[in-house]
Amino acid sequence: MKRYSAFAVAREALRYHKGWGRAWRAPEPKARYDVIIVGAGGHGLATAYYLGKNFGITNVAILEKGWLGGGNTGRNTTIIRSNYLQDSSAAIFEKARSLYEDLSQDLNYNVMFSPRGCLMLAQTQSEVRGYERTAHANALQGVETEWVGPERVKELLPIINLDGPRYPVLGGLWQARAGTARHDAVAWGYARACSDMGMDIIQNCEVTGVMRAGGKVTGVSTTRGEIGCDKLGMVVAGHSGVLADLAGFRLPIESVALQALVSEPVKPLIDIVVMANTVHGYMSQSDKGELVIGGGTDSFNNYSQRGSYHHIEHTLAALIETFPIISRIKMLRQWGGIVDMTGDRSPILSKTPVEGIFVNCGWGTGGFKAIPGSGWAFAELMARGQSPLAEEFSLDRFTEGRFIDESVAAGVAH
Amino acid sequence: MLILTCPCCGVSAEETEFAAGGEAHITRFGPGASDEEFRDYLFARENPKGVHFERWRHAYGCGKWFHAARCTVTLEVFGTYSAQTLEPPLAIRDAIAARRPGWTWGAAE
Ligand SMILES: Cc1cc2nc3c(=O)[nH]c(=O)nc-3n(C[C@H](O)[C@H](O)[C@H](O)COP(=O)(O)OP(=O)(O)OC[C@H]3O[C@@H](n4cnc5c(N)ncnc54)[C@H](O)[C@@H]3O)c2cc1C
Ligand SMILES: [Zn+2]
Repeated sequence: MKRYSAFAVAREALRYHKGWGRAWRAPEPKARYDVIIVGAGGHGLATAYYLGKNFGITNVAILEKGWLGGGNTGRNTTIIRSNYLQDSSAAIFEKARSLYEDLSQDLNYNVMFSPRGCLMLAQTQSEVRGYERTAHANALQGVETEWVGPERVKELLPIINLDGPRYPVLGGLWQARAGTARHDAVAWGYARACSDMGMDIIQNCEVTGVMRAGGKVTGVSTTRGEIGCDKLGMVVAGHSGVLADLAGFRLPIESVALQALVSEPVKPLIDIVVMANTVHGYMSQSDKGELVIGGGTDSFNNYSQRGSYHHIEHTLAALIETFPIISRIKMLRQWGGIVDMTGDRSPILSKTPVEGIFVNCGWGTGGFKAIPGSGWAFAELMARGQSPLAEEFSLDRFTEGRFIDESVAAGVAH
Repeated sequence: MLILTCPCCGVSAEETEFAAGGEAHITRFGPGASDEEFRDYLFARENPKGVHFERWRHAYGCGKWFHAARCTVTLEVFGTYSAQTLEPPLAIRDAIAARRPGWTWGAAE
């Protein structure tokens, strides 16, 4: 693989950019791999990457039914933060956030990590108490966050209307090291690095069956034939229930649509990420100038990758109340992704009832920020059979009542 | 936009008039249940890509609960029916089979 560098850009500029090679190979599937990962989203690719990098396991295939990064990884609003309430969440999300800081150097691929800061607005008394509690919890966890009053909010966000008619802004939870990254680049960067280690990324290859013998996985059947493996990692987000069904077990997961939208590009208006959970809207501005906006999930099970129109109306109405300046901006496009929701709104990184099958899912509306940490922990779980970061996120917690409840913590969304 | 017909009062309305209540026909385990049974009752879901039986409440109408059979891929509603039943009535199953040849109630479980 050719390394990307300022020198390479200059060299290619002089020869009409004819020397760039493919970023990753497009191999035919082999008959058998040590490890198969289903799903070439960020979590699947990061898992493969750290299997190779941290454990030297490189006889790996990543099977993707569509194109890599075409699932939720290419559909999210790219918010990266780690200000969660529970210790086990803070640990894995903070691991991910800190890996993001030098991911571009690690992968030799610019993922455009932009630690511009994230502000979660408190617009009710209970949110004030909730965020103050989170700030204290974060202090104990070693995650740098800070409760800020309305004056500081106005400084960080000059376009805000602090005394909105319904929900005046009472302050906020500020994480200066939070931010955004380019979502496609995260998938592409990991893919390029995996391919470089000799792993096979096989696109347009849907897993249609899971082969087992004596309670143990032996391989998968796919639209491109049968492929054997010793270990299987299912990392398919909204399709986790479908994959589990193929392997003969059920998961505590429901799939629903989550939408996002972007506006026409405008001059710089907001240079941080802002989230308003009470009114259900959040917003940042892309480098191209588009406002990137997201809201709530649909309430019913859905695999259609479209959401209901009234959610957009609801989100925009809420944002316009808090940011009246955006009321005349036109929206350019809207899309949806199918997110995998668990009962306690925390992910699952776990062994399963079938020996050799591991599952990484349940990231729901907020897993983009977790990609490096999730891949790190899940690779360890798959390679060693246990991982300190993943331990609490096992499937047993639903039997044992050991929930990691992030839905009561004010950080409901993304 | 999803349009549902409430079998309790007969009104057809947009989804904003209803509240979704999740999977229907889940067996409730009570005292004496094993941990696994209670986990399944609380959390394990079919979450099918296809025909789904689900609970809805006519929240901004008559206020009553009912059941719907719906496709989670096309969002087609096969029919709605009373919640006072342990399994979908024959008319609903026939309506689904007519639109999804080969589908049977047992196969979905
Ligand atoms: C609108 C929206 C906004 C969001 N905003 C944020 C945000 O701001 N911050 C944040 O942290 N998170 C956000 N998220 C959540 C985040 O996008 C996801 O949690 C994360 O991308 C999940 O990554 P993944 O790799 O697990 O899944 P995916 O990227 O969905 O990858 C799964 C892959 O599996 C493939 N697959 C499925 N079935 C099969 C099969 N049978 N065979 C082969 N391949 C299969 C799919 O095609 C897909 O490519 C948002 C999500 C959405 C939809
Ligand atoms: Zn009614």
